[in-house]
Parts: sequence; C-alpha cells; structure tokens
Amino acid sequence: MLDKLQQLGAATIASVQGFGRAALMVLGALWGRPRFVKAWPLYIKQFYVVGVLSLLIIVVSGLFIGMVLALQGYTVLSKFGAEQMLGPLVALSLLRELGPVVTALLFAGRAGSALTAEIGLMKATEQLSGMEMMAVDPLRRVIAPRFWAGVVCMPLLALIFNAVGILGGHLVGVDWLGVDAGGYWSAMQANVDLHEDVLNGVIKSMVFAFLVTVIALHKGFDAVPTSEGISQATTQTVVTASLAVLGFDFVLTAVMFGG
Amino acid sequence: MTTRKLEILVGAFVALAIAALLLLAMKVANTGVTGSDQSYKLYAKFDNIGGLKVRSPVKVGGVVVGRVASIQLDPEAFQPVVTLEINSSYSNFPETSSLSILTSGLLGEQYIGLQPGFVDENVEILADGDYIEDTKAAIVLEELIGQFLFNRGNQ
Repeated sequence: MLDKLQQLGAATIASVQGFGRAALMVLGALWGRPRFVKAWPLYIKQFYVVGVLSLLIIVVSGLFIGMVLALQGYTVLSKFGAEQMLGPLVALSLLRELGPVVTALLFAGRAGSALTAEIGLMKATEQLSGMEMMAVDPLRRVIAPRFWAGVVCMPLLALIFNAVGILGGHLVGVDWLGVDAGGYWSAMQANVDLHEDVLNGVIKSMVFAFLVTVIALHKGFDAVPTSEGISQATTQTVVTASLAVLGFDFVLTAVMFGG
Repeated sequence: MTTRKLEILVGAFVALAIAALLLLAMKVANTGVTGSDQSYKLYAKFDNIGGLKVRSPVKVGGVVVGRVASIQLDPEAFQPVVTLEINSSYSNFPETSSLSILTSGLLGEQYIGLQPGFVDENVEILADGDYIEDTKAAIVLEELIGQFLFNRGNQ
C-alpha cells in the first residue's frame, strides 16, 4: 500500500519536474530580445528544416483528406438530396478540427521527432556542453531558433492544409461526383464564418504549435545522452505530443464551439 | 545550401501560406459581402419566431438584403422582438412593408421574408430604429397538425 503511494508520489514529482525543466528551458531560450538580425542564418535554416521540408507531407495529406471527406460525405448527403451541403461539410470539418489536429500530428511526427533527435544527439556528443565552454548559451543558439520556427511554421502549415483540403474536396465533389460548382462555393460561403471558424482554427493550431514544439525541444534537451536514450526521447516526443494535441483539442473545442 | 537559396524557399513557403489564408478568407468565408458594410436597424415583433436564429438571412424576393442581429423577448408583452440589420444600399422600404418567417425547402433553415408594401403620399420610408408593424408568425408544424386533427374530429 505504502509502496503504491510512494510510486504515485514519485511519478507526480517526476512529471512536475519535467514541466518545470521545460518551462525553464523555454524561458531561458526566450529571455531577452530575440536576436533576429544577428542570428538570421540560424533562423532561416530552421524555418527551412521545420517549415519547408514539412510542406510535402502536409500538402499530400491535406489533398487526400479533403478528397476522402468529399467522397464519404457525398454518399450520406446524396441520400437526403443535400449534395449542396458538401462544401460546408468539407470546409467546416477541415477548418475546425481536421486542419489543426492532423497538421499537429503530422508535424509532431515529421518535424518534432527530428528536432528531438537532433538536440538529443547534440547533447550525447557533448556539443551543448562545448558551447557552454565557449560561453555560447545553447538555449539561445540552439533552442530559440527551433522554437520560433516551430511556433511560426505550424499555423502556416495548417492554413495550407485547409486550403489544399478544400480544393481536394472540390476535385472529388465537383469534378468527379458532379456537385454543382456554384453550390459548392456558395453554400460554403453561407455557412463558414471568418471569426467563428477560420480564426478559431488558427488559434487552435497556434496552441498546438506551441505544445508540439515545446515538447519536442524539451524531450531532446532532457534526453539521456545515449543512443538508447535518444531513441526513447524521439518516441516519447511523438506519443506525448500526439496525446497533448488530442487532449487540448477537446478542451479548446468545448470552449470555442461547445457553448 | 547558401542562405540566399534557403531564404527564397522560406519566402515561397510563407507566400504559399498567405495565399492559403486569402483563399480561406475570401473564397471560403466570403467576408465583405455583409457584415463590414454599412447597415441600419429595423425592429419587428412577432407572435412566434419558430426556429429563427441570430444571423438568419432577411430576403426580398429571394435576395439577401440583411441579417437577424438579435432576438429578445419583450418582458411586458411576452412577444419576441427581432432586430434586423439591413444593408444600407437597400434603404427605401415603405412602412407598409410586411415581414413573414418562412422556411427554405421542407427541411431547410428559417429566414425572414420582407414583402415591400405600397407607396403613396401618406406612407413614410422606414429609417433606422423603426418598427415594422405588419408581421406574420412562423408556421409551427405541430400546431398545424393539431388544427387539422381538431377539424377532422368535428366532421
């Protein structure tokens, strides 16, 4: 009984310590003015690695998810003679839920795991300690560019995902299944609100971007500096980030659309 | 890769994201048709508003001229008071105009149909804050069925 209690206490303390270290890491990285001008090449490199290289998987997934949504929605809607509502169905599911969530999950798998592995390897090969020896703050030189790249790029990727998905829905719904093109767009415009749907989706993706990036950076920075530790940290990044995204998605949905 | 090449690729990425945002804002959400335009307010009391909601359209002959801005209950008369926001480009409805709550299709959403009235020298034009007196309540399907059954029972 006491052993179980002790395990529970130890697990709680460990997780709280994890939160604390993650917060200290982010604070340390962001302390003071970001040196965008001096460290410009570092930032550009990370924007390229995190944003541009994730573009392909985001565009392809967005296209296919939009197409599948249109295909599945059409089979149900055509039974009620409501094919005109295909546009709002595709647009609202993408803007409110699938865009931010699927982008965040893909981003955690594609960019988050890469960030963790890179930083973990830097730690294992003692590059981070080396920087400290040379009086270069690894938090500001390594963590800060990656943090900003993740936080800025993921909402942009989610926007691209949404747009490509809606075009994919158009491809299947209008060009293949023969829904009227005017009806597809006009029903969408009548039912989608810029603040209620588009803006809330963007806010969601910003929250997810922060979560995924911080978890990925923290897991890498906190990794046990062995090859096993790095592989574990990478796995943990994907698992923890995905769970955090799905959990926060429920809370955000309840706050934004539940009332 | 050189910084220049990276900068070009990142620039293209950001431009793509801005294009996606513009597509979502303009083509999907369609801002700027109503909402940001100038509008004026009209009020109307109904006996029953049925399933009317805030942001339901106000139509004249099928053309959307405004939206329902708010729905409140008059605390004394216990009647719903509906506030309509009408686009300022349609500002010459006579005070003899009537409102009715209609349903688009069998299962569609409810909207307000505005029927412009006659104009002569005694009739004024509706302005901001005016009440439209002539209103028809929404048809509630259950009441209709109840009346039908009642009539059948009398025969």
